[in-house]
Amino acid sequence: MKIFNRIFLVALLAGVIAGVFLAGIQHFTVVPIILEAETYETGGHDHGGHDHQGEEAWAPGDGVERTFYTAMNSIIVGIGFGLLLTACYALRRSITWRSGMLWGLAGFAAFHLAPALGLPPELPGDVAADLGVRQIWWVLTVIATATGLWIIAFRPVSYQKLFGAALIVLPHLFGAPQPEVHGGLAPEDLRSAFIFTSLITNAVFWVALGMLSAYFFNRTGEPA
Amino acid sequence: MSTVNETASLLVQLKTGTVPWATVYAVTAAVVVGTLLIGAVGFAGSEVLHNAAHDVRHGLSFPCH
Repeated sequence: MKIFNRIFLVALLAGVIAGVFLAGIQHFTVVPIILEAETYETGGHDHGGHDHQGEEAWAPGDGVERTFYTAMNSIIVGIGFGLLLTACYALRRSITWRSGMLWGLAGFAAFHLAPALGLPPELPGDVAADLGVRQIWWVLTVIATATGLWIIAFRPVSYQKLFGAALIVLPHLFGAPQPEVHGGLAPEDLRSAFIFTSLITNAVFWVALGMLSAYFFNRTGEPA
Repeated sequence: MSTVNETASLLVQLKTGTVPWATVYAVTAAVVVGTLLIGAVGFAGSEVLHNAAHDVRHGLSFPCH
């Protein structure tokens, strides 16, 4: 199979399965906490607590419709993460289910764990710094962590590994954009439960995605 | 998101001739499409896309509001 078709096919298969899996666990782990947090918001039905002026934008109705859109988005993001993972696999010589698991954990570390150290997973109603600034810090932290992990894993020389470690630490020395006062509308124990639950959920998803994409990558490969 | 490390690694391997160009194109396309998909779900500013992806953004701990 041509490498282009192989990458996209593997990402599609692994992404859809892992995305459905993610939607399934989210439904029982993080979504109930998000819904409970929304009850503390003054807007009631208004998801984000945005200041709407005039007409409100479309939003999925609570219940089946909202679950459907959450599942769709989980699948899309699963395919997206799957493409990045499979692109990495294509650059490496051999991938086993075990290395797939490690790739998955690295993805979790880069996309969730490292950003969460500076920007703890937020519930609706949480106080936070300006959205644009947080998104920039998030993207830079993901890139720095992924690059750092890659260097530590694949560069043989120790001073290069040290540089990789420095890249991972750098965004945290610089510091994530923080609000003047921390807090949120939801009670403290609900907010800490959410941080823990969302991190576990995402770790499970990434391990599944890493192993599934490794499996399909090997199944679609030319015999060595 | 990991465009930088892939580019750096590719440049090294291209010099030594261990990565064929077909792989370079395929990997680049995958990274671009993957980043666009993640960006659409996690970062798109449109109110409608935000509302549709709301729970996933929170669940994945993307900055949301």
